[in-house]
Amino acid sequence: MRIDVNAFLGAYPYRRVPGTAPERLMQALERVQIDEAWVSHLPSLFWRQPMEGNAWLYDTVARERRLRPVPAVHPGLAGWAPTLGEAVDHGAPAVRCDPAHYGLDPAGPEVRVLAAACGAAKLPLMMAVRLEDARQRHPNDRAAELPAAAVRALIRSDDAVRLLITHADRAFIEEVHFGSTPDEAARMWWDISWIWGPPEDHLAMLVETVGVERFVFGTGQPLRIPENAVAKLDLLDLGAQRRAAIESENARAGLLH
Amino acid sequence: MLIDVHAHFYHDQTPRADWRERNASRLSAGDKIGVTHHVASILGSWGLTSPIYFPSPRDVTYGNDALLVLQRQHPDRVRGYVTVNPNYTTHARAEIERCLGAGMVGIKLAASRRATDPLLDPISELARARGVPVLQHVWQHRRRDWPGQEASDGAELAALAARHPDVRFILAHIGGGGDWQHSLAALRTVANVYVDVSGSGVDGGMLEACLESVGVERLLWGTDLTMETGWAKLRYLAHLLSPAQLELVKWKNAVRIFPPGAFPAD
Repeated sequence: MRIDVNAFLGAYPYRRVPGTAPERLMQALERVQIDEAWVSHLPSLFWRQPMEGNAWLYDTVARERRLRPVPAVHPGLAGWAPTLGEAVDHGAPAVRCDPAHYGLDPAGPEVRVLAAACGAAKLPLMMAVRLEDARQRHPNDRAAELPAAAVRALIRSDDAVRLLITHADRAFIEEVHFGSTPDEAARMWWDISWIWGPPEDHLAMLVETVGVERFVFGTGQPLRIPENAVAKLDLLDLGAQRRAAIESENARAGLLH
Repeated sequence: MLIDVHAHFYHDQTPRADWRERNASRLSAGDKIGVTHHVASILGSWGLTSPIYFPSPRDVTYGNDALLVLQRQHPDRVRGYVTVNPNYTTHARAEIERCLGAGMVGIKLAASRRATDPLLDPISELARARGVPVLQHVWQHRRRDWPGQEASDGAELAALAARHPDVRFILAHIGGGGDWQHSLAALRTVANVYVDVSGSGVDGGMLEACLESVGVERLLWGTDLTMETGWAKLRYLAHLLSPAQLELVKWKNAVRIFPPGAFPAD
């Protein structure tokens, strides 16, 4: 069983990306042997009203058994609160918020209120550190990356909030994990999409230092080719049980309840 | 056969206390991936006693010596690029002669001098005379000077390649950061520049764009600092290419541009 917690549907505004249509994503899942993908609506991440993409997302995933929706929530806009109830009704495993793209302080009052609301609704809050390598971003793509300090602040802001952080590298993960109490750290999960494999062996080290239970399988597809997440696991000497933990069990046990 | 045209190793005079482990990790990961030949360079002291991209002559020599040792320790799977700093022309040319004479198979130009600079001409001329390729570190679409390096981009490498049409240049790590679309547009008609697919970037659409721009016959497989990304690209290419085309990227194109005898199959 392999669950990709970090996938997208829909066009990207800054360059042509193949494979953004639902049927193409399904082909990619088949190709890389991914059983289930948690998908976000990529275009609305850049909209003034990101929640307007959720209806399309719900409608699309309803037709594909292997897809689960991760709807967007913009806590700075009026009327965002019912979005969490809708997410639960549609079987969303998480909701996402991209505060830098929304023009919000990532640890500001709006996002803290959202974090608390997600905790109360038992919905993990997904946040991406970045979508693309900073060195290659479009000149007009100026949203800041998610700061590690903001993640530390959010996990401290509410005892019930669970955070799923995608596209984080080793330094980011270490800073947040070891800058948190054990209880706080136990409410954060990290996808492996941006963590380096050999010869640096960042993922191998993090599995030992931070703990295998904190990591989930994520690709960032189709902005990134999904083969990458599989290849880095194939290069790890994990053992079947720990590999299964990353590929699906951590997401099931930690996020899907 | 699978040839990694963009590999690196470390040695005891670098900031890496774990240099042995990193070298061993590259070789063991290579075994899992199926890499038969790591064509590698060492960039001086990797910043310990001179900057990574502006290595002193002393550090250049030490790093090249360390690579020669690795090449002797692993004659079946390690090949070397001789690293040079073109600002020291006499040293650079002597180092090329020395290391090629000791069995290295190419020249590594990092980012010590812009590719458009005349100081790269004596290096390129020697590459032509010795029949070896030049791997040029590239920042894909360099809009400004970045600290720590005098990087070149694809258009600047194309200018160097135009001045030396008989030299085979390798544009380093198309996935190594920056706007790869800019590089690919600049290289479309530059027949003596090959593109290595290495780098941590695994952007959707990048490999399709490489094939569209330079074609399968100018594409080389490599890893640079992240081997999982190289393996991922190889797996993805297997879906884009026919088996015969994939063999070109895996090793046949490399065999064509490195000197005869560099690899056992030729």
